[in-house]
Amino acid sequence: MALASPAAVAIAVPARRPAQRSPYPTWFFLPAAIIYAVLFLVPTLASLFFSLTRWTLFNWTFIGLDNFVQFFREPFLVQGLINTLIYAALTSGLKVVLGLLLAVFLTSEIMARDFLRSVIFFPVLVSTVGVGITFTVLMHPTTGAINETLALFGIKGPGWLTDPRLALISVALVDVWKGLGLATVIYIAGIVSIPQDFYEAAKIDGANAFQRFWNVTLPLARPATITVVILSLIGGLRSFDLIWSMTRGGPGFTSDVLASVIYKQYQAGFYGLSTAGNVVLFILVAIIIVPVSIFLNRKERTP
Amino acid sequence: MRITRRHGLGLLAILVSVVIFIVPFVFILLTALKDKKEASLRAFSWPTSFHFWDNLIQVIQARDYMLLTAFVNSAILTVASVTLLVVLGAMVGFVLQRRPSAWTPIANFLILAGLIIPPAVVPTIWVLQGVGLFKTLHGMILIEVAYGLSFTVLLFRAFVATIPRELDEAATIDGAGPLKLFFLIILPLLKPVVVTVIVVQSVAIFNDFTNPLYYLPGKQNVTVQLTLYNFQSMFDTSYNLLFMNILLITIPPLIVFLFFNRQIVAGMTAGAVKG
Repeated sequence: MALASPAAVAIAVPARRPAQRSPYPTWFFLPAAIIYAVLFLVPTLASLFFSLTRWTLFNWTFIGLDNFVQFFREPFLVQGLINTLIYAALTSGLKVVLGLLLAVFLTSEIMARDFLRSVIFFPVLVSTVGVGITFTVLMHPTTGAINETLALFGIKGPGWLTDPRLALISVALVDVWKGLGLATVIYIAGIVSIPQDFYEAAKIDGANAFQRFWNVTLPLARPATITVVILSLIGGLRSFDLIWSMTRGGPGFTSDVLASVIYKQYQAGFYGLSTAGNVVLFILVAIIIVPVSIFLNRKERTP
Repeated sequence: MRITRRHGLGLLAILVSVVIFIVPFVFILLTALKDKKEASLRAFSWPTSFHFWDNLIQVIQARDYMLLTAFVNSAILTVASVTLLVVLGAMVGFVLQRRPSAWTPIANFLILAGLIIPPAVVPTIWVLQGVGLFKTLHGMILIEVAYGLSFTVLLFRAFVATIPRELDEAATIDGAGPLKLFFLIILPLLKPVVVTVIVVQSVAIFNDFTNPLYYLPGKQNVTVQLTLYNFQSMFDTSYNLLFMNILLITIPPLIVFLFFNRQIVAGMTAGAVKG
């Protein structure tokens, strides 16, 4: 190399220089990429393998699809899977409907608009576990404030969290209480961005308030709907802390979801089974979110 | 006629939302003020006597000042992870927006994956043990960074697009290297979105319960959300202390909310208009 001719050096240097001096160097990705790869990608890929094993963290035995077979055979694990779907559908459905209605209401000219927006949004920022504990107390069948209030009107309130048929739905309602503010502000942002001309044109054409909502607000707030649906589906399918702080999956296994099953199996030391639960959850999220987002985004392009 | 109807509707709305959205917080406050016996009734009532200081001191002293340890841990965790998220996320967002390359589709795919894939718990513990970071605050900080990167990069990339490229060229001609260009010119211009990222991520990380539960067990490492969980069994009868604890950990988000309401909403609704 010491014998390289001056001409070769002269060619080599300008060829390298621009790449080196690019103001947008590829190594800017590096620190983030390392953290992301080591702590997120590697575990995700490893989960595909370890879900096929009986695992103690120190050694593993390959057992094929046994964990998954068990997952779909044990009634309480299947229950967890079904509950996850119910929970996600219920929370995102309610957030879309109530969020949109509240947003329409809070973009109209009413008193104390900003105050109401703040009041509805604040629970989004509060500790989920704190909310869970508070509502567990409020929903107590005999001493809880909710049933005591109902009793004033002569209604005998149900055992919100103790009735096996109701526990999951009660937790989902608290989830909606906490997350509704986010759905509402997303819809408000979407509705505010709709040009006023559309409403004026619709008015001139003689559309009433409901027709303007149905034919102008609803279709043009579609990006907001997509965001709310996808965010609340992802959140609902993965939900853990609220359920854990309110019912621990009980009574029995009636309000268990995949995320709480994963935690219980982890606590019990069944690491392979717990990881299989993670893979099931991953697949469930993927097969729901991907088609939903493709469907929602495609319809937007064909008016 | 119209105005009275509008006012009536507004009043009704205020009443309903106060009952639904404020009463639970009032309940937290009232229970935190009661003495042990009265709190154990769990009634929604005005305290017969006030015990704010007693309860505050008791909850702080409980279990060897666990709450103070927890606040320190949560503060370190939040500040460190948010700092890393801002710097690393902005670097990625900047280059990703400025120089489309063969990496761009891969990066987009990874960002999407980070947003939707639920983290695999036990394999993550396995990796953390492998690199010696399990049960350490350092490991927890890096976990929060890994999980928060996707959203942060999305916000930064969208905002970098609004900064004219001519600025980069001018700086480069003036002899600024990539580091100088990024830290002295681009990052200061990203200030609005930096504030948004700081506010949104610090609330998320401060409130994170699940990840510390898995990756940061142990009494020394406790974070504020886990104190609730620990106190829940210990204070089975001391509802006044449990709710004082809830009250204390609600204060930081409340402060953030009072000062940065606009930025939080901006960050969280980023996807709503463009889709």
